[in-house]
Amino acid sequence: MGIEALSLSEQLILTLAALILFTSFLLLAQSRIVSLIHTFAWQGALLFAATVLMASSSGRHHLFISAGLTLGLKVFFIPWQLRRLVVRLDIRREVETVGGASLIMIAAGALTLFSYYVVLPIRELSLLSTRNTIAISLAVILIGMLMIITRRKAVAQVIGFMSMENGLFFAAVVSTYGMPMVVELGVAFDVLVAAILFGIFFFQIRSGIGSLNVDHLNRLTEVDK
Amino acid sequence: MNGWLLAIVQTLVFIGAAPFFSGWVKWSKCKLQNRRGAPPWQPYRDLKKLFGKEIVLPQNASPIFRLAPYIVFSVTAIACSVVPLVAVGLPTSALADVIVLVGLFALGRFFLSLAGMDIGTAFGGMGSSREVTISSLAEPAMLLAVFTLAMSVSSTNLSSVISTLLLRPFQLYPSFIFAAMGLVLVAMAETGRIPVDNPATHLELTMIHEAMILEYCGRHLALMEWSAMLKLMLYAVLLVNLFFPWGVAITLTPAALAFAAIIMIVKLLLLGLALAVAETGLAKMRLFRVPQLLGLAFILSLLGMLSHIILEVR
Repeated sequence: MGIEALSLSEQLILTLAALILFTSFLLLAQSRIVSLIHTFAWQGALLFAATVLMASSSGRHHLFISAGLTLGLKVFFIPWQLRRLVVRLDIRREVETVGGASLIMIAAGALTLFSYYVVLPIRELSLLSTRNTIAISLAVILIGMLMIITRRKAVAQVIGFMSMENGLFFAAVVSTYGMPMVVELGVAFDVLVAAILFGIFFFQIRSGIGSLNVDHLNRLTEVDK
Repeated sequence: MNGWLLAIVQTLVFIGAAPFFSGWVKWSKCKLQNRRGAPPWQPYRDLKKLFGKEIVLPQNASPIFRLAPYIVFSVTAIACSVVPLVAVGLPTSALADVIVLVGLFALGRFFLSLAGMDIGTAFGGMGSSREVTISSLAEPAMLLAVFTLAMSVSSTNLSSVISTLLLRPFQLYPSFIFAAMGLVLVAMAETGRIPVDNPATHLELTMIHEAMILEYCGRHLALMEWSAMLKLMLYAVLLVNLFFPWGVAITLTPAALAFAAIIMIVKLLLLGLALAVAETGLAKMRLFRVPQLLGLAFILSLLGMLSHIILEVR
């Protein structure tokens, strides 16, 4: 049974899944902070479209609430908030050189392949026709983690963290028609609170070490010399 | 017998239409930039003028320099006979699959860069080294993109790829989107279009293709230019026929062929227009950023392959 057996909306969900993975790769390669935030917003928009399609094709109407939350929080509010922070911190024009960019991309490709093999037994547990995308969501999570590891600047790391959350949310939507509503609301507000707290942390880190490059944290000493 | 005749006619049409296609791109680019622009059939006049000129050879040119234009042109012409233009299932396309096509491109490029280095000028060597650098990065991406297609339809033969896609009901293949994007980037790099190379200038800092053929004149130059146009048309036909195969004739009846020809002309004109819009909007890249662009092409093709394995097979 291949892709031919699926309906058009399910094929569209698979395509959106592939595009979400692509935005993850783009996040990894993007060196300008403002375009990083825009790519993150696009990932949220694709997630929103996938959730809406899932909701309408399966008839589970509580997914529309999740989709609305995604649209409000991940497409508009968090990018807007991050952008405002970037403007206030005056790092809009800053370019972060990603060291060994092609090596990191190959690592991301390897992670995608790895997650495919990891979820092979897991996806047998799901009966949904879109269960193939579980591998994609695991790959999005792992690539978000790779982004946190490879980036130096705090803003990029926060975006990596947020895209990990996108991957988790996508996994929940495509494998089990979403989490229970209580969990979903809780996670959504956690992310919201995290976004605001990160903003405060940015200012704290910068006033503490004079830059958003977290590598400088290694050089903290207790006594002023 | 009928099939062979049709294959030869198709190849000749291909070779004959290539200058018009590149003229059409130039003309629509001029219109977009508010210039008057030479008519789309200007490349024919240029070729005619070049064929009429006498040949001046550099003093230290070896026979390779003289043979290269003929080899490059004939290799590209053979490649044209392999790619289905309006009909599939022709005998010539059964002779070679897409890996042979990539090999033919590589053979032509080999002689092109040899000719660039042959006379020993600084520009020729520089152009050759740049060409080889770019194509060595573009080729894996192209092969991966093509393998993605081949995995979906279980064949590497272009003709059977297209006919299989035509006979299937419409499906949305995620992998095809990525393969198409990857192939577009490869095509831009391989045919020397704007983000990689600018075909309209002879600026010595950036030129790639022009640097290699700088010492040619007359008939040789005409053949070199013509094969560059053929290559542009080849990639255009590959893109429209592999990813938008609707309209290509499966049966060899006159009505089907005429319909296919009209659809083909419309598709190519639209693609030329899109190319002109892209070239007007984009700026040329620094040479040292081209590997990044081709890295993106490779990643796109790789993603196409991965999404085929992950999403489409179960």
